[in-house]
Amino acid sequence: MSAGTRTQLQPVGIAGVSLGQAERPVGAEEAPALAPNAQLSCIGRSAPRINGHAKVTGSATYTVDVTLPGMLHARILRSPHPHARILSLDTGAAEREPGVRAVHVIEHPIGRAIEIAGPGEAGPARRQLRYVGDPIAAVAAVTAHAAQAALERIRIEYQPLPFVIDIEAARQSDAPPVFDRPVRTEVFGGPAAQLPQHGNVHGPDTSASRGDAAAALSAAEILIEGEFHTQVQTHCCLEPHALLADWRDEGLTVYMSTQFTAGIRAELATALGLPLSRVRVVVDAMGGGFGSKSRIGNDVLAAVALSRKAHAPVRLVLDRHEEQIDSGNRPATVQHIRAGARRDGTLTAVAIEAYGTAGVALGAGVGNFAQSIYDCPNFSLAQSDVFIHAGPGCAMRAPGNVPGAFAYEQIIDELAERLALDPLELRERIDSSPVRREERRIGAERFRWSRRLAPGGGQGALKRGLGMAQSHWPALVHTNCACEVRILRDGSVEVRSSVQDIGTGVGTVLAQVVAEELGLSPGDIVVRIGDTDFPAGPPSYGSRTTASLTPPARNAACLALRKLIAAIAPTLGTTPEGLTLRNGRISSSDGLHSIGFREAAGRLRTEQIGAVASRCDDYGGFGHRMGDFAFARNGLGGVQFAEVTVDTETGRVRVERVLAVHDCGRPINPRQIESQVHGGILQGISYALFEQRILDAPTGHMLNPNLEQYRILRSRETPAIEVHVLENYQGTSATDAYGIAEPSIIATAPAIANAVYNAIGVRVRTLPMTPAVILEALGRLPHRS
Amino acid sequence: MPHNTAPHASRCTQGVTGATVGPGAAAIRLEVNGIVRALAVLPSETLAEVLRERLALTGTKIACDRGACSSCTVWVDGAPVCSCMVLAIEVDGHRVTSIEGLAGEALHPVQSAFIEHDAIQCGFCTPGLVMSCVALLESHPHPTEEEVKAAIGGHLCRCGTYPHVIAAVLDVARKGKRSP
Repeated sequence: MSAGTRTQLQPVGIAGVSLGQAERPVGAEEAPALAPNAQLSCIGRSAPRINGHAKVTGSATYTVDVTLPGMLHARILRSPHPHARILSLDTGAAEREPGVRAVHVIEHPIGRAIEIAGPGEAGPARRQLRYVGDPIAAVAAVTAHAAQAALERIRIEYQPLPFVIDIEAARQSDAPPVFDRPVRTEVFGGPAAQLPQHGNVHGPDTSASRGDAAAALSAAEILIEGEFHTQVQTHCCLEPHALLADWRDEGLTVYMSTQFTAGIRAELATALGLPLSRVRVVVDAMGGGFGSKSRIGNDVLAAVALSRKAHAPVRLVLDRHEEQIDSGNRPATVQHIRAGARRDGTLTAVAIEAYGTAGVALGAGVGNFAQSIYDCPNFSLAQSDVFIHAGPGCAMRAPGNVPGAFAYEQIIDELAERLALDPLELRERIDSSPVRREERRIGAERFRWSRRLAPGGGQGALKRGLGMAQSHWPALVHTNCACEVRILRDGSVEVRSSVQDIGTGVGTVLAQVVAEELGLSPGDIVVRIGDTDFPAGPPSYGSRTTASLTPPARNAACLALRKLIAAIAPTLGTTPEGLTLRNGRISSSDGLHSIGFREAAGRLRTEQIGAVASRCDDYGGFGHRMGDFAFARNGLGGVQFAEVTVDTETGRVRVERVLAVHDCGRPINPRQIESQVHGGILQGISYALFEQRILDAPTGHMLNPNLEQYRILRSRETPAIEVHVLENYQGTSATDAYGIAEPSIIATAPAIANAVYNAIGVRVRTLPMTPAVILEALGRLPHRS
Repeated sequence: MPHNTAPHASRCTQGVTGATVGPGAAAIRLEVNGIVRALAVLPSETLAEVLRERLALTGTKIACDRGACSSCTVWVDGAPVCSCMVLAIEVDGHRVTSIEGLAGEALHPVQSAFIEHDAIQCGFCTPGLVMSCVALLESHPHPTEEEVKAAIGGHLCRCGTYPHVIAAVLDVARKGKRSP
């Protein structure tokens, strides 16, 4: 990029409400300002998914569908004990099993908290197993059945050790320790100060605190207090974790169901001591991730090691039971919240003490929801991780903010009730976001919020309730992100990036953006993604993919077009300066010269021309930067309204209707956005009412490790859903587009909880809101008939 | 331990011809998407495995491998089944239709409607859902919304495509398009 800058007028404001223009400093090679969607022909329209045909005909190739000649199949041996020491391990018999080609013992497992070795300490001589399902060894054989049979021939002598799987028991000083030494503190996106660790409690982390919450609480006119409990949820991607590792002398190729091809390449290169240029990661269709397919795990390193040993490609696909116990989960939390306010509703102090468990991993925090959504000068957050002998948690769709919002948005509703204010009116007073203000206005009108009765006000056993809650999620941008656009001599166009389509339809979005710039249709653009041979793109997590990749895609298209114009201008007998693309033709401003796009491409002297562009900073800069990613200055909002019925005789909650109003900057494909919002809401309902990992107290085994036992929302629990998406222009990038996946799940569970309160008049502070939890809550009512 | 199922259980079983089969491979003949296939399959092999691994018909997806998610839905003699819950030797002499056999040159109207309504996200559950939705419209050309929900009640879509799937099916029913 040239160092030069210019200023340009960008659309700013909410379409139909406050749309105007503002001047922004932009890089010299940035594309010109993009008009609002109403004036565009591809962006802002619901182009059909480019891989829709492949997905409805079954021809889409997922990682589990990839085969290579001579491919072997791997299976993993896992710990049957929640806590044990391996006294001896003998793989000899397994290696001699018919069909077995390689055995790999996992000595240094990853994907969990890592103990800090003391000075001169080489680490424990014998491996400790810390949860049921902890991987021990892997076998590659000619069939998966042969590999499975060989696992049973690995001889292991275990020394079972005391274990703890209950979060309260684990906090006690005499609880069996999960780790014997302090573990390294890990913070998403960068280094942090080492936190204290006593027994199984790591923390508290108080770095988000500001002001003096204790003093302000004691001086508060109104005090609201509550303790909230949330459960462990598992990701349940329908395509299991899967990879096919192909180690060769010339380099490693890994076909893998992953949310981040470029990140996996970097992790593998580091782990194996290979140059980046010798590692290639490929994914075509991908069957869901929700956070759990972001990093390399023990399965990945084992398959690579087996391929290297066996000199053959190795496929490893986890089965559903393995998925449930060892592919990540959303950590459980306990949150104690005290909020102080003035009688007009102004928040004066918030203090949150939170602890949670991600099993043997760190990361059970409550996100940035409470610290960011409403202004409050005095805020204290003390959050700790509690280790238990259970599978490691990891990021799951809006990590932290999902449990955080469940608790905090109920506290806000309680405050509203104490002040005899409508929940919307209180939020009008304490929420400074103009975007959410508009979202509340639209939502309240379309939901007919005014029909809401007093809590528990309905007649009969079936109580109806209305509730609402708000969403907040940072708008993230991956800055290590590039995209290439190529124009070929026959007029065809390719867009290339290593980005993967996790199911959100990013390829379709890229085709729309490039087509818009080149005056073509999305169907004219060939999208080549999911391969690290292309310029390194962003991850599909953190709701940052569209925000990160569409600006460089548009800029690359713009640069490629300029190159085309420069190349063919002499053939028109003119200079490039006055030539622009309008209505599919490259024309001079004086109208003397004009040529169609395809014909112009045909005049290229080479087979193709192209340009690569990288993600520049947001116009005017980011709010905060951490390594390869940054926080945009404005976050993402959203407001959701829920209507529920509660059967007070059975305790069954039914969500009848959800109305969601969201913003994601400039919407590029409204129907795909609606699809993602449906997904956020339905996963949110499922989290609120059904999902829960259940561990067996005497054995530490998961009791519901398959899909018929682990309850998830299905079609018959799907309510009527209405989605409204604002066009919220901020003038911050070449496309001004941001993400929607995570904002769409955050408000769902608290909106339901607030609706349940409105129905029955008693607060439910525990997830999931099963019939038993509801009946227990109803039992607290003083005059239950 | 979770994974201690004996894959090569030397259980004998009755084939449709009444002959005893197993523990070794048994010869079967079945019609898959209009083509008669003669195969030697182990008694332990499921229809889903045979479709995917022996016939390279990978449009049929295995997500739970125990009949809990319906991702592997195919038709046996025109009726939807979870192919992970059917042993290959059980379909000896039967007619199987997988997602690859649904459309000819043109897409089935249900497939077109899935694209039009964006009833797809990651797409892993999509082939199974399409098979169940087409089967529903074959037997109930004008289902209610509740009937659509019931017909796909055994399917699991983790991305949450149900609203668009339901809209797509009702749209096809309203337009009266049942076959290509």
